[in-house]
Amino acid sequence: MKAFEYNNEANHAYLLSLMGVPHTHLPPSFPIMARIIQNTWFQPAAAEARIGNSSLKRGTCRIFARTLRGTSMRCARTIFFGIAVVGSLFFTPNFAIAADDKPVAKKDLKRATLPVQVAKIDASMQASWEDNKIKPSPVEDEVKWCRRLFLDLIGRIPSYDEFADFAKDKSPDKKFSLVNRLLNDDRYTEEYANHWSSVWTNILIGRNGGMENRSLTNREGMQKYLRDSFAQNKPYNEMVIELVTATGSTKPGTEGFNGATNFLAMKVNEENGTQATAAVSRIFLGLQVQCTQCHNHPFNQWKQQKFWEFNAFFRQSRALRRYVSGSVNRDIDHAEIVNEDFAGEGRRPEQAEIYYQLRNGLTKVAYPAFVDGTEIGKSGYVSQVNRRNELGKLMMESPFLDKSIVNRMWAHFLGYGFTKPIDDLGPHNPTTQPELFDELSSDFRAASYDLKQLIVWITMSKPYQLSSKITKDNASDEPSLGESPKFSHFYTRQMNAEQLFQSLAVATQANRKGNLEEQQKKREDWMRQFVVAFGTDEGDETTTFNGSIPQSLMLFNGDLIREAISTESGTWLHAMTQVKGPIADKVQYLYIAGLGRKAKPEEVNVAQQLLAARKNDVGGMLQDMWWAILNSNEFIFNH
Amino acid sequence: MWSRFAPPVGMDRRHFLSHMAGASALLGSSMSLGHSLRVHADTLKKNHKSCILLWMGGGPSSMDIWDLKPGTDNGGPFKAISTSGDMQICEHMPLMAKQMHHMSIVRSMSTREADHNRGRYYMHTGYVPDANVDYPSYGAVMAHELASQRPELQIPPFVSIGGASEGPGFLGMSWAPLGVSSNGRIRNLEMKLENDRLTQRRIALELIENSFIAQNRGAVLEDHRKVQGKTFDLMTSTQMKAFDVEKEPEETKERYGKNNFGQGCLLARRLVEAGVPFAEVDLGGWDNHQGIFRILENDRLPVLDKAMSALVEDLSQRGLLEDTCIVWMGEFARTPRINADAGRDHWAKAWSVVVGGGKFKGGNAVGATNADGTEVEGEPYSSEDLMASVCHALGISLETTFTSRNGRPMKIANSGKVIKGLFG
Repeated sequence: MKAFEYNNEANHAYLLSLMGVPHTHLPPSFPIMARIIQNTWFQPAAAEARIGNSSLKRGTCRIFARTLRGTSMRCARTIFFGIAVVGSLFFTPNFAIAADDKPVAKKDLKRATLPVQVAKIDASMQASWEDNKIKPSPVEDEVKWCRRLFLDLIGRIPSYDEFADFAKDKSPDKKFSLVNRLLNDDRYTEEYANHWSSVWTNILIGRNGGMENRSLTNREGMQKYLRDSFAQNKPYNEMVIELVTATGSTKPGTEGFNGATNFLAMKVNEENGTQATAAVSRIFLGLQVQCTQCHNHPFNQWKQQKFWEFNAFFRQSRALRRYVSGSVNRDIDHAEIVNEDFAGEGRRPEQAEIYYQLRNGLTKVAYPAFVDGTEIGKSGYVSQVNRRNELGKLMMESPFLDKSIVNRMWAHFLGYGFTKPIDDLGPHNPTTQPELFDELSSDFRAASYDLKQLIVWITMSKPYQLSSKITKDNASDEPSLGESPKFSHFYTRQMNAEQLFQSLAVATQANRKGNLEEQQKKREDWMRQFVVAFGTDEGDETTTFNGSIPQSLMLFNGDLIREAISTESGTWLHAMTQVKGPIADKVQYLYIAGLGRKAKPEEVNVAQQLLAARKNDVGGMLQDMWWAILNSNEFIFNH
Repeated sequence: MWSRFAPPVGMDRRHFLSHMAGASALLGSSMSLGHSLRVHADTLKKNHKSCILLWMGGGPSSMDIWDLKPGTDNGGPFKAISTSGDMQICEHMPLMAKQMHHMSIVRSMSTREADHNRGRYYMHTGYVPDANVDYPSYGAVMAHELASQRPELQIPPFVSIGGASEGPGFLGMSWAPLGVSSNGRIRNLEMKLENDRLTQRRIALELIENSFIAQNRGAVLEDHRKVQGKTFDLMTSTQMKAFDVEKEPEETKERYGKNNFGQGCLLARRLVEAGVPFAEVDLGGWDNHQGIFRILENDRLPVLDKAMSALVEDLSQRGLLEDTCIVWMGEFARTPRINADAGRDHWAKAWSVVVGGGKFKGGNAVGATNADGTEVEGEPYSSEDLMASVCHALGISLETTFTSRNGRPMKIANSGKVIKGLFG
């Protein structure tokens, strides 16, 4: 019998005819799958693409190669068809295939020019490493870097085909292209916006915001505002001003809806807006003032007077409750933030003052003044002085605005900021590489607060390229032990719960039902199990998704994992069982989809043993292996 | 190779071995469990003491509960009543008043942290927040010291009931609290899978886990493996029935109070009976900036009084109190001055905590505040001193030194001094 020529020049139409099936019976991504097989996996150039320490040619392509080699044509057709159908379930239809099969290296390639900030970061890092007599770890394997970038930039691991796409790209600018693709390609806009929306929702209202009984916060409204803002790449300063000065309704679909109001909805009414005071100064200016509400803080240059002067900006603002119509219990439907004339505690609206008490019981007076001492008009009439609008303007001039966001973004991608914690930029708190920090901050202002540019600077810089493997030459660089971070190796860190949820959605996409909104709702419901409130008026909370036993139990046994490893009809594992072919190839597929690397021989061996233990039930074996992969450190850590 | 492979207690691995014989060569690295090792290595004199921390989240007004100033401007409306001990407490704590011969009040706590997060951290660890070192909390420290002497214990040595507690700091995530709700239910505890299959999955998991750890990508990866080991223990242990607080007789449940804190205290007693060295029970809602007296009288104090008195009495009746320390505290207390909203704000300068059981002598009040409650008279005590005293009452040596991973030695309880008046 004639062996199937798996590396011939057939186009996908030929393949289709080979299988004797009409095109229309195939899933939409089938032709792409077929082309991948034809153009990618079996081409020598692609075969050299590296995943981990092994080459892809021994990867999934072998599913096809081995299956087809030495089998009868008829048999090959069936199997090939099966694989392609199943494979196309995993591959998204818009998978890009190079039309040109010539090796990319022969093309006339112009290296893209990186922004100057990348070189600034690299030079500063190099000097710091030399000063500290350490050597950076080697540059990380590209495919591992790709996983890291996806997690940090769009909040999930790459899909199988995204891994493959990146691995086969031979361009010297492939990393820069990938960063740009995730930032600017329409295909990723929604995921980019969703990811940063969930990051910022947690910063602005916490994981519990909007979940409390009779909450004035509408979590969906907050997310919608942020999603829209990130989708259109709204400059950061505009976003801040909108959040700080927002008026209108918190709930989507209501009259005067303005999702930005959700940031302050629960922070302006109680205790004279002290929560708004603390949150705005901490989140946007990196100034921790909550202690100075009651007294001059010994370690902080902020004085009690400053706290109340800052607080005075919020005293015209109120969140009005809007009730569900006809509700006997006066259930809250939503809230509306308004600015109202403030008479002042001395009942003189033209000079609306507030009072606070010193520890010794003496009463003092305060008028609105910014952190640098700049005063505004004292009138409490909104028509004369809109205090939050004035605050917004003053914040726009503050260098703390620039520094706090650069610090936050730096820490997002590199694990630690220039200060610890990142939202304390006070003079009492030491700074790592202060010159670089200052320069990046002013550059960010000069770049018109374009967050995507800042992301490019950081993700293309040397420290973000480094391996997380610690070497003997940089073992001392361990910030978790109290050293200031030197960024000489990538700091291994756990995915957060949102990243896990989204990563599972991608790895097992066939399992998920429902539209985006339903998915979002499902994620929110699922997230709630990890939130623990501290029972204070300030709404402090923590998460049990922190590497402790409850998290372990969830990953071992929780519904989400049970769903991810399901072998019921319609799931991706089930689809895999329907394909004939070597067990080893299916196992390889799982490892690439979950970990971005091939299975090692001993891992394949264990899979074979498991298959025997499962009495040759392939689905059962795949389920066990996929469970093991999802529970591994290599999966749950960003590294 | 197989001899180095210890399956979780309670699992039958023979079935799997019959299928897996060929795989043995792959499984060189040992699993992270060490029960059998610990059993045989244990020749130390055993310390069976335990500690229950009643954590009052939000900062309880101790001058309205344990150190009343009736008749002064700051005193508020509550009266003081006599107790079975040599001190008076609030009239709204009548059941505790009958148990105070077991308990001591430290009325001269003086700390500086009056922010919730900072105060919670400081009172839980004995250290002020430090951006560079993450210190272990009470539960992690005491579990770490006591669990090694309890090789038979399969459930986590640090359980946090109804709250988050504080983390294990540099001791690592394997000493993190197991958080449970007050009904004792633990989410996702059951795999609904036959045990041998769980063991088999675990072998596949360990292969990835171990080879990744070997790549030297940070100590968090080793912690991850340890936590998984503990999780496997938990899932397969018969000791988990200690969490089944629902099995308690109805009258016992009533006695503690049928609310989260009451049932949490009852669960803590069950855990201590099962050998758990540290349980923390959370009662929040003390951040009373407004309308404090109404909230205390009608809500917080009745809940506290019932549960705490039941716990003390129950432990005493069962003969467990001399081996069980009870600590009552929050992150700070509240301003002696009553504010314009009939509330009290944050105050750390002069306040009270309560301890009892273990080696504590009980029945007395140590230290005092001045007439209006604003200052400590005599020697002030810190979080470090309190922690050192609790360690002492549990028989944990104050010479114990921890070495953080960077080799820095740190004395237990941040070198605090034992509060002498608490011991006979």
